[in-house]
Amino acid sequence: MTAWPLLLDTLPQVQRERLFTLAGERDFPAGGTLFDEGGVADRFWLIRSGEVALDVYVPGRRAQVVETLGPRQQLGWSWIFPPYRWHLGARALCPVRTWEFPAAEVRELCTADTELGYELMLRCAALIADRLQATRLRLLDLYAPHGSVPS
Amino acid sequence: MTTVPVPYRVTAASAETADCVSLEVTPVGQALPGFTPGRFAMVYAFGVGEVPISVSAIGGGHRLVHTVRAIGAVTGALCRLRAGDAVGLRGPYGVGWDLDAAAGSDVLVVAGGIGLAPLRPVVRHVLGHPGHYGRLRVLIGTRAPEDLLYREELAHWRRAAAQVEVTVDRPGPGWRGSVGLVTTLLDRVDTRPDRTTALVCGPEVMIRHTARALLARGLPAHRIQVSLERNMRCGTGHCGHCQLGPLLLCRDGPVVGYHRTRSLLAVREL
Repeated sequence: MTAWPLLLDTLPQVQRERLFTLAGERDFPAGGTLFDEGGVADRFWLIRSGEVALDVYVPGRRAQVVETLGPRQQLGWSWIFPPYRWHLGARALCPVRTWEFPAAEVRELCTADTELGYELMLRCAALIADRLQATRLRLLDLYAPHGSVPS
Repeated sequence: MTTVPVPYRVTAASAETADCVSLEVTPVGQALPGFTPGRFAMVYAFGVGEVPISVSAIGGGHRLVHTVRAIGAVTGALCRLRAGDAVGLRGPYGVGWDLDAAAGSDVLVVAGGIGLAPLRPVVRHVLGHPGHYGRLRVLIGTRAPEDLLYREELAHWRRAAAQVEVTVDRPGPGWRGSVGLVTTLLDRVDTRPDRTTALVCGPEVMIRHTARALLARGLPAHRIQVSLERNMRCGTGHCGHCQLGPLLLCRDGPVVGYHRTRSLLAVREL
């Protein structure tokens, strides 16, 4: 496998380069906030290094981390659908290096270049489906004391 | 192999987590030879009953380690044993990890929960044979940070050049590591599908999901080995309690190539 971010791993090179014309490098310090729940989802990131925690604000308690994302993974899909608001918050657990993509420009590119748009949306849909499936499995609490784990 | 329990003495009992204990045992008399990573023994708590437990370490002097989680009467009794107590063992049973098939390739270990226990001897073996294997990656999923097995040893594995990644389902306040399903860790490793052998152990749902994720990344099914569990009783392939289709897992497993089990695991109630 290549070291390309998963979103772009199998994207034809021409399309990948076209998408990358919109990207910029962006670093975040440890503890830095990438976005807050409810904020405007006007960009997304492909993580090059480091780890980002996704959290949910729970009144009266500290933010609950529900998942972390690391190298090669995509951070953010709320930018795809109206109303373009983040469903979760995101903080850097350590210094994080990313490629940052502006959401509006990427959406415009997808509209103008429907082939690229279709390929990109296919990959985003697969990503969302994968995370949904992972979340469902975690709901099973597989490692609970009376799970089906061989010892 | 014997069908009668042989007395062993507990020489050390170490609490791994709140409900997991590693029992180091040595033979009182004649030892049971032939344990290899992935094989298991029927471990007898005298007066209570016996359960199948994979070896989590194979040492010199016929020393064995079994990591046991207290989830029932027998395992609970085993977890209460202390150094000097006696325990009965019969075995070794089953087919272990096919490490010959992994020679020359990268080794990708994927463990869920206490599924790390049968894989620990694999990691030790690979680290002990530099040059025989390619890169070693160990991906571990567990419920919470406090449920992580062999914490000190994981640091040693990392120092010995293994890539070790841990993710939890329920992070505590002080957890600074990964959160999520173990398969998400697959995205973090640069896998060479044509040069990788994957060894997977954990809850069966986790095994299925992991195997599918590995297939999606291009690993062929025959290079994915999974350790399965059914209700093992006799250990010798006679009673049929551990049947999985044409397989008797105490005899034909617990370690089986995914190409042999892929379709079987999709059958409900099998």
